[in-house]
Amino acid sequence: MADPMKIRAQMAGDKVEVRVLMSHEMETGQRKDAKGAAIPAWFIQNVTATHNGKTVLSAEWGPAVSKNPFLSFRFAGGKPGDKVIITWTDNKGDKRTDEATIS
Amino acid sequence: MNSSRREVLKGTGGAAVLGLAMAAGLFKPGSAWAQAAGWNKAAFDTKTFNDVVKALGGASATESKDIQITSPDIAENGAVVPFTIASKLPKTEQVAILVEKNPNILAASFSIPDGTEPWVNTRVKMGQTSNVIALVKADGKYYYASKEVKVTLGGCGG
Repeated sequence: MADPMKIRAQMAGDKVEVRVLMSHEMETGQRKDAKGAAIPAWFIQNVTATHNGKTVLSAEWGPAVSKNPFLSFRFAGGKPGDKVIITWTDNKGDKRTDEATIS
Repeated sequence: MNSSRREVLKGTGGAAVLGLAMAAGLFKPGSAWAQAAGWNKAAFDTKTFNDVVKALGGASATESKDIQITSPDIAENGAVVPFTIASKLPKTEQVAILVEKNPNILAASFSIPDGTEPWVNTRVKMGQTSNVIALVKADGKYYYASKEVKVTLGGCGG
C-alpha cells in the first residue's frame, strides 16, 4: 500500500481550493537501470475527487506527470466541515483513497 | 426484498441487459473522459497534437486567447515543471496538458464537471525544451494555447 496523500482543502472566497500531494514513483518506462534493462512504467492513471458524493474533478494521467504528483483545483458548493475524498489508481491496479475536511 | 429483486432480474433477462449496458458504457468511443475507471490509452499513446485531438474525440482545435498557461519560462529541472492552466471559455469540460517533444505528447487530462473552476495546477516532466500546449474542450469544441518552456536539465533521461 502506498503512502497516504497529503490533502488540504480550504475555503478561498466562495470556492474550495483543494491541494493534493500524492506519493508515487511515476516511473515513465523510458528509463534504464544500471544493467541497461528498461524499468517498467509505473504511474497513476486515474484520479477522482468527490465532495458529498458528487465528482468535482476527475483526471487521467500519463507517465509524464512528475514523481510525487501535485494537483490543485477549485470547486464551488463546499463549506467548512465537509469532506473531500480523493482516490487514485495506478497502472498496476494499486489504489489509494484519502480524505480531508474543508477548513 | 432480495427475492423480488431476483424476480425482476429473471423477468427482464437480467444478465443480457446488464451485459448490454456494460458494453455500451465501456466501449462507447470518447467516453473514457467521463469514466472514473477508464483510461484513454489511445490518447496517451499518440505522438502528435492532431492525433491527440482525434483520440479525444475532436476533429480539430482552434487557437484561443482565453486559455492561460502559467509556468516558468525556463525550467531548471525538467523532472518537475509546474503548470497552471486556466480557461475563460464558457462551458469548459476538459483541460489537457501536452508537451510537444515528450515521447508521448499527452501528459495529463482533467475533466471539469459543473461547479468546478476551469483551473488546474499540476507538475509534469519535460524531456527537453518544448512547446507546452493546453488543450481545452468547451461547449463541445476544442481550443488550445501554447507556450515554449526552456529546460536546462531534462526529466526523462536516466
